[in-house]
Amino acid sequence: MRIACIAFILILAFSPADAFEIEAKRSYASVEDGSMLSIISTADVEVFEPIIFEFQKRHPDIAIEYVVASSSEVMRALHDENASYDLGISSAMDLQTKLANDGFTRRYVSDATSLLPDWATWRDRVFAFTQERAVLVISESTFEELPIPSNREDLIELLREYPEIFDGRIGTYDVRTSGTGYLFATQDSRNTESFWRLTEVMGRLNTRLYCCSGAMLADVASGKLAFAYNVLDSYANSKLGDTPGIITVEMDDFVSVMLRTAIIPNTVKNYEAAGTMIDFLSELGNYPELVEQTGLPPVEARDSYESQSVRPIRLGPGLMVFLDKMRKESFLRSWVNSIEQR
Amino acid sequence: MSVLKPTGSIRRRLVIQLAIIAALLSLAFFFTVRFVAEQAATDTQDNILAASATSIADAVYSEGGAVRLELPYSALSMLGTISEDRVFYRVIVDGETLTGYEDLPINEARNASRTPLFETMEYRGDNVRTATVSRTLSVGNQSRTVLVVVGQTRLGLAAISTRITTTATAVGVGFFLFATALSAFAAQNALSPLNKLAESVARRGPNDLRPVVATTPTELVPLVSGLNSFMRRLRDALNRSEDLIAEAAHRIRTPLATVRTQAEVIHRQMERPKNRNSVREMIRAVDESSRSAGQLLDHAMVTFRSDQLETQDIDPKELLHEVVDRLSPTAELKDIQIDLQLPNNDFSISGDPILLQNAARNILDNAIKYSPGETEIVVRLIPSDTCRIDFIDQGRGFADADIRNLTKRFSRGTNVNDIVGSGLGLTIADDVARAHGGKLVIGTNDNGVGACVSLVLPLS
Repeated sequence: MRIACIAFILILAFSPADAFEIEAKRSYASVEDGSMLSIISTADVEVFEPIIFEFQKRHPDIAIEYVVASSSEVMRALHDENASYDLGISSAMDLQTKLANDGFTRRYVSDATSLLPDWATWRDRVFAFTQERAVLVISESTFEELPIPSNREDLIELLREYPEIFDGRIGTYDVRTSGTGYLFATQDSRNTESFWRLTEVMGRLNTRLYCCSGAMLADVASGKLAFAYNVLDSYANSKLGDTPGIITVEMDDFVSVMLRTAIIPNTVKNYEAAGTMIDFLSELGNYPELVEQTGLPPVEARDSYESQSVRPIRLGPGLMVFLDKMRKESFLRSWVNSIEQR
Repeated sequence: MSVLKPTGSIRRRLVIQLAIIAALLSLAFFFTVRFVAEQAATDTQDNILAASATSIADAVYSEGGAVRLELPYSALSMLGTISEDRVFYRVIVDGETLTGYEDLPINEARNASRTPLFETMEYRGDNVRTATVSRTLSVGNQSRTVLVVVGQTRLGLAAISTRITTTATAVGVGFFLFATALSAFAAQNALSPLNKLAESVARRGPNDLRPVVATTPTELVPLVSGLNSFMRRLRDALNRSEDLIAEAAHRIRTPLATVRTQAEVIHRQMERPKNRNSVREMIRAVDESSRSAGQLLDHAMVTFRSDQLETQDIDPKELLHEVVDRLSPTAELKDIQIDLQLPNNDFSISGDPILLQNAARNILDNAIKYSPGETEIVVRLIPSDTCRIDFIDQGRGFADADIRNLTKRFSRGTNVNDIVGSGLGLTIADDVARAHGGKLVIGTNDNGVGACVSLVLPLS
């Protein structure tokens, strides 16, 4: 398959026609003559590539162009600049919801999507295909002597007790640049009173801010960071195998669960192929080896959750509250004030 | 009997009218339910929109001379709880959009009031319901007007409306079918006294002319009393005609008997042969008259009794014995032997004994009359699936092929001009046979000359 594909990567490609920034672009030619499906996505090429290969195995007539951009750039492309893509895939549920709410998406209904649980779709326009949890990733060596915190209160206690161990060794998303980080932070602020205190404490300990999961996980593994807060478990789990020295911890007060979603933008050119891909993604759970390979946990029935503390983020207009420009402004101001205490 | 031409069924009319009423009520129900339910659904959406707009207005505050807003999470999430509709909002301070969808239309003409104002409009390709609330906020020394609009598309409402319409339709149709079934049942029930009455009148025996005394609904009292009065008059008329027949029989037969007796006395006293012959002719004519009168009365009686047949179980063997005994003297006068052949087993037929006797007597009488002297008449009873009585003589038989006409009143065969007869004998027998559900079979004697007349009656 790989041989059949003429693949090329343009890392950090920048074309003057697009005002939005893309991080990577890769094309996968079709084996048979057919149509072209263009995807703009927040998932890294390495993460999503197995899905594309498996998809093309089943639909050899569909060529795929895969563009990676940050969630805010995806939003900018589809919402503000009317860029033409057949499918928008993003981990930023709030932005995807806003696209659907503001009328930038096409409706899609099929047998596969009607099998999705109610909470996994919104208005037949937003389709969730993974559910990924926000976890604490800790460095095994640092916590050899320390108790592993099981909730946010414990974590605050621990930070206050051993500031010398943790100073400068905490990592989290920079919510100003990371859509996922902003989503988790706002949900945290809604779910617990401890969030702001935790942010304050983390700010006092000179927390390092990251744009992306990869670098953060690498720093935990190397021992540079004692722990990283609110990291997607899908990334962490996929790195666990080849990254010794890290452990993922689920908080037992609550665990935010994010849905990775797909939408069909109004600017779609190949609606049919986009629908075929959504059907394929909806049935991700039918391909266990693919789940294993990508580390993306597929959507499954909610009652399979083992504990009450798991809090899935609900698709719906509530997600648009933190996108309100005033609300976002004041949230970011508070957050920056707490995290940057210099 | 004239055939009644029905001009429509009361029950059908009743059912159709009740069904029309039920249909109208169902329609009224359908529209009422739809209207009320859609109103309720609209009110629900309006209430949530108002709550959302109010909570946003409440969250507006002033800080450092600027108006600020902390958009409450619940303000938008509550709108997502009832449906998956699109949600829009806009906050305006003194005509300047603070946050939200800048192109969302707003009714700025309204006065500052916390009472929400609802509107339906087109926005971004959908039908949108909006709630607008306003409040005043003092910023520094200034009073500023804050207008909050929250809008939501009405797709969920449309879905609810469709569901309500479907339910209302189903319930309306169900109600209509149920009501129609009930009205059919009610019509049946209401008309049952009428049917019972009709049945009880139809079931009456031919002689039952008693007044109808069954329980009668008020509406039928005039009909029933009219019927009763008619039956009383009919009964009176029948009684009178019965009396007349008895009276006529008596009045004619008695004087004829007297005339005959007197004629015989005269005959004995006559000496001149010519005169004696004349008187004998007279006696013979009187006999024939008497016989004809008897047959006429028999026929009248048969007609009357056949109309009101009263049956009872009869032993046909006994009946034939009686008839043969009675006519034996007449037969002996002509030296005619009557051979009565009866089976051994007992059986019975149901019928009017007087009529059956009459029929048998008339057939046998005919046989004797048309038989030459010194012959034999066989009366044979053959029971099979019917009761068949053969009267076989050795007389002249029926000359013409026109046997069917013989049972007509006053019709006689073509070969009987020398014998006086009324032409009523076989008519009487035929009438009786028919009245009993049987028939009269006229044929010829299989064993030589003569006639074979068979009376065929059903077994009881």
